[in-house]
Amino acid sequence: MKTKTTRRLVEPLLWSLFSAGGAVAALSLPVLLFLFGLAIPLGWLEAPNYEAMHGLVQQPLTRVSLFVICWLALFHWAHRFRYTLYDGLQIKHLNEVITVFCYGGALLGTGVAGYLLWNFR
Amino acid sequence: MNSGEMRGAPVYTEFHPRWYRKRVSTYWWLWKWSYLRFVLREISSVFVAWFVMVVLALIAGLSRGPEAYSAWQEWMRHPAVIAVNGVSFFFVLVHAVTWFNLAPRAMVMRVGGKGLPDAVIAGANYLAWAIVSAILGWLVLRAG
Amino acid sequence: MAETIQLEVTRYAPEADAEPRVQTFEAPYRPDWVVLDALNYVKDKLDGSLSYRWSCRMGICGSCGMMVNGEPKLTCATFLADYAPKPIRVEPLRYFPVVHDLVIEMSDFLRKLEGVKPWIIRKEEKLIREGEYLQTPEQLDAYKQFSMCINCMLCYAACPVYGLDPLFTGPAAIALAQRYNMDSRDQGAAERMGILSQHDGIWGCTFVGECTKVCPKNVDPAGAIQQYKLSAAKEWFRSLLMPWGAR
Repeated sequence: MKTKTTRRLVEPLLWSLFSAGGAVAALSLPVLLFLFGLAIPLGWLEAPNYEAMHGLVQQPLTRVSLFVICWLALFHWAHRFRYTLYDGLQIKHLNEVITVFCYGGALLGTGVAGYLLWNFR
Repeated sequence: MNSGEMRGAPVYTEFHPRWYRKRVSTYWWLWKWSYLRFVLREISSVFVAWFVMVVLALIAGLSRGPEAYSAWQEWMRHPAVIAVNGVSFFFVLVHAVTWFNLAPRAMVMRVGGKGLPDAVIAGANYLAWAIVSAILGWLVLRAG
Repeated sequence: MAETIQLEVTRYAPEADAEPRVQTFEAPYRPDWVVLDALNYVKDKLDGSLSYRWSCRMGICGSCGMMVNGEPKLTCATFLADYAPKPIRVEPLRYFPVVHDLVIEMSDFLRKLEGVKPWIIRKEEKLIREGEYLQTPEQLDAYKQFSMCINCMLCYAACPVYGLDPLFTGPAAIALAQRYNMDSRDQGAAERMGILSQHDGIWGCTFVGECTKVCPKNVDPAGAIQQYKLSAAKEWFRSLLMPWGAR
């Protein structure tokens, strides 16, 4: 059960993650989504071949960057969605369930990203 | 007597009237256009999370081998997925544009004793966006 | 041009009504009249029992805030001409309990305002003989916008988070806290931060931005809150990484 003091200790951190995630997502996701989600599947641009994509992702810098993007973007979602549920559906009384769903989900996704990128061969 | 104490079924007395408290509707966000725009902006975070899932699927596919990568590409070409990604792209743009336009309100930068105008800070953000997009685009397409 | 205008005014008499009801009055239409003038006419000539707050009638006291056609407005600054010839709906300020007719209960706001300690806090007062606290125009500029608040509570009526979350401190109180934090003469930032962070005071804000839109004095409380969040976050990291520096 979160006490008032725990909440005070944690909220600035959660907001900071939300903020960083928002900036990272805003800077990097539009172009990536455009390329991988629209331009390449619709054939406007040539799809990168396996060797080249694999080689690109395998670079340490790429792996770290992808991890940071996934981690921060997921925590951005978690924080924002939590408040959307509070205010949009007015279910703040379920706040423990919501907190676990949002931040737990983000943590899970971050864990998956970390595992995939660490073990990427 | 503060407002927090009036709950349940308040009673009218000569010295304390029954205050009327209107319950906020679940659909408050439909009352005004600006509220609706706000909710759409907040919903954009769901599509941000969706795309992270797509990226994770790509990484998983790449690590498993060429067949898995092709399967991912095939999935990405499915009309339903393209439709979802089209909507996601729209919302990710909403996220980016609203983010860069609002960022100056949180960051006050004073240069030479005067605050920098919002447009300058927003402009710097947009410039950073353009540069990052160019770099990422080049990295991805160079791999083609 | 019409000679009269219709006012659809919320009436609520707790001893008689279970719920507010609407009463329509016909007031004279004058192009230079504001809604407050029309309400005063109603009270003078048509129905003396109509209750509402007003004082300076010039947009500085912050008393006459009401909902005009669903938007929070100062009735002394809202011209009939902008709505004529259509009827004008006048309702009590949103998200506050209604005491009687257009009068709302504001003790929640006052309690929260007092809670942020909106005054200069000094660790040590300067002695009189040492002279006054000096401040450059640039230092004044840093907080001046936030000092323009007249406590009219229009921002509270615009803020859905305030309507939904009873713990939320609200735009004006946080903006005023920031006004003092940014004041070079003040040394109370740490004290206020403890209070505001503790009660979920500021973190409920999701930057809807409506508060800034309705503010009659261009205070930009939304900006103040985001700046406050940023400084609270910085302070959090600073205390984590450099716990020895007592602020």
